[in-house]
Amino acid sequence: MIDLAFIAERYNYWIFIVLMMIGVYIVISRGNLVKKIVGLNIFQTSVFIYYISIGKVAGGTAPILPAAYESGHEGKGARASAAHGESAPAPGAASGESLHAAPQSAPEALPANDLASAVAQTPQGAGPSGEAGLHAAPGEAANPLLAPPDGAGDAASALGEAAHKAAEIVYSNPLPHVLILTAIVVGVATTAVGLALAVRIREAYGTIEEDELEAADDIAEFGAAFGEKAEGARA
Amino acid sequence: MNLMAQLPVLPVVIPFVAGALALLLPKGRAPWAWATFVSWLSFLASALLLREVAATGPVSYHLGDWPPPWGIEYRIDLANAIVLALVSGIAAAVAPFAYESVRAEIDERQSPYFYAAFLICVSGLLGVTATGDAFNIFVFLEISSLSTYALVAMGGRQDRRALTAAFTYLVMGTLGATFFVIGVGLLYHATGTLNLADLHLKLAGQHNRVVEAGFAFILVGIGLKLAMFPMHLWLPNAYAYAPSAVSAFLAATATKVAVYVLVRFFYSVFGLDFAFLGDALTYVLLPLGVAGMFVASLIAVFQHDVKRMLAYSSVGQIGYMLLGLSFGTREGLAAALIHLVNHGLMKGALFLAVACVVYRLGDHRCAAFSGLARRMPVTTWAFVLSGLSLIGVPGTVGFVSKWYLLEASFAAGHAWAAFMIVASSLIAVLYVGRVVELMLLREPPEQGPLSEPVKEAPLSMLIPMWALVAANLYFGLRTEFTAGFAEQAAAALMTVSGGR
Repeated sequence: MIDLAFIAERYNYWIFIVLMMIGVYIVISRGNLVKKIVGLNIFQTSVFIYYISIGKVAGGTAPILPAAYESGHEGKGARASAAHGESAPAPGAASGESLHAAPQSAPEALPANDLASAVAQTPQGAGPSGEAGLHAAPGEAANPLLAPPDGAGDAASALGEAAHKAAEIVYSNPLPHVLILTAIVVGVATTAVGLALAVRIREAYGTIEEDELEAADDIAEFGAAFGEKAEGARA
Repeated sequence: MNLMAQLPVLPVVIPFVAGALALLLPKGRAPWAWATFVSWLSFLASALLLREVAATGPVSYHLGDWPPPWGIEYRIDLANAIVLALVSGIAAAVAPFAYESVRAEIDERQSPYFYAAFLICVSGLLGVTATGDAFNIFVFLEISSLSTYALVAMGGRQDRRALTAAFTYLVMGTLGATFFVIGVGLLYHATGTLNLADLHLKLAGQHNRVVEAGFAFILVGIGLKLAMFPMHLWLPNAYAYAPSAVSAFLAATATKVAVYVLVRFFYSVFGLDFAFLGDALTYVLLPLGVAGMFVASLIAVFQHDVKRMLAYSSVGQIGYMLLGLSFGTREGLAAALIHLVNHGLMKGALFLAVACVVYRLGDHRCAAFSGLARRMPVTTWAFVLSGLSLIGVPGTVGFVSKWYLLEASFAAGHAWAAFMIVASSLIAVLYVGRVVELMLLREPPEQGPLSEPVKEAPLSMLIPMWALVAANLYFGLRTEFTAGFAEQAAAALMTVSGGR
């Protein structure tokens, strides 16, 4: 039986898959070099969308290294957490797990934004926005901040409170966005090189249709074009 | 700040910064001299790094002092120290060679751009090898690939087919890189980390579809980059029509680095506990490796163009590396790493010999090689010796590779694979022998443009070429550097991945 809600909830992945397939199909099926570049761009954009959509995490927080705070904001960890943009500072807490990290002691616990756990835990979508349901936290295990370490006193209870609040917030993990900014730069560079090559090919051959290019090469090498390529060249 | 403490990052950073500076240099000799100096410097740094790693074990360097897994880590163990030394060593040999060859094949006005692209390509390949961060691998892979597309396209002045070859390479290379990045995204989705060592820890015990799909995307993406047998279509034309010096550099390094990435993901990230990996080795890598060994080698026999022939031979040789990997044993992994280095040495020397012929005769079809022994004996013998190495004659590095591959296949209980290795080496005898026969036994052409008398190639080309040929012979007799290090590297990788 097809679970429509299951499918509809994951619309962002469907956008990714459909765009990806369209992109690859254009790259493979089109003979025009510029159209191939267009296909390549659609393909790459689909990946950008995928990365961006996994950046939304319900109940996530920034990775914080409390140990570094104890040592007076001088350790490397303090700088690391500052760079990741804290949303809920947690001085004194002993739990130093990063955003998605499954605690080492419980490797079977899947991370917060894992597909499988989202399926198991929240088929209906529990977050404040519809999209949040896709990435809803599967429960206590995935968010180490929900289980404050003992002996931390007031700080721990404050942390627990903050963590419960955080569970209702859709957190935007900045890292995938940063990665995709890099990937966009790479994609633009690839497009630029590809189009520049297309221009040079047009200068050298007078066409940017793949079959005409092949026919031109065949004629240069063997004196005649063969098969379909020849028909393509004549057309 | 001590310069030695920055050693792990130096091989990557030096050519990267120098590449940008090369653009500012005046046209002519200056960019070449700069590129040569920088590639030697980079080789020196890699060699020091290899020595340090061999003496004291893996080195971890934190970029910008951010501790892993948050920051980007450069983690150098023996496996990538060897590949770093190979890539920078080939660059150091090709750069001095390139001056005459590039002056003959490329418009002089483009020389700053050519050497800038060359240095950035070197930097990208070294970056892929040095980094311990999955996304960083993608970025460096694309840095090296983008400069490679430009370098290949510069062959368009000699033969316009270089342009279409570069375009095909661009399309296939970008598809491969994007597949890789999807795979990395899926792994990030499942673990929340990009650091390779951290990924390994967090992937332990995860056997779900997300991870399996990530594995498959990475295998296909890197498979495209390393020209795994049915995905090799971009390679022959790109190598055949690129400027000769570029062909030599790429053939010896680009696909090798991709093989290294595959090894790194297989053994350092997924590990042999990941059941999907075993299936992929047995049902994907093994048949495709063997198919590549035979089909690509057979195609090579029928090529009329020596550069294309060597390019197809490269696809076949990658088959050997994949075969070694596919055993999933320490011996197989060691054999794959040994062949990775050795094949870089032999293909580099062969392509440089072809570049000498192109320099004097302006042609790389078989006809140009006819009677070459009388016209360019020094080049001819360099080609013959490295050709023997490609076949696997004792006394050369090719023999060392084949020996370890044979041992690995017997150790893995695949005696038939040993038979396949020998059988496909016989095909190599055919295609190398064909050219050697032309060079040694035929007369030079008596009419046509190829019949004009030619001199031997200039010394600036002969010395780097013979340096690589000498490396083929030296490492063929003294195996403690290549085989010794590769065996230690394989043992270390196996320990991480939970194999025996």
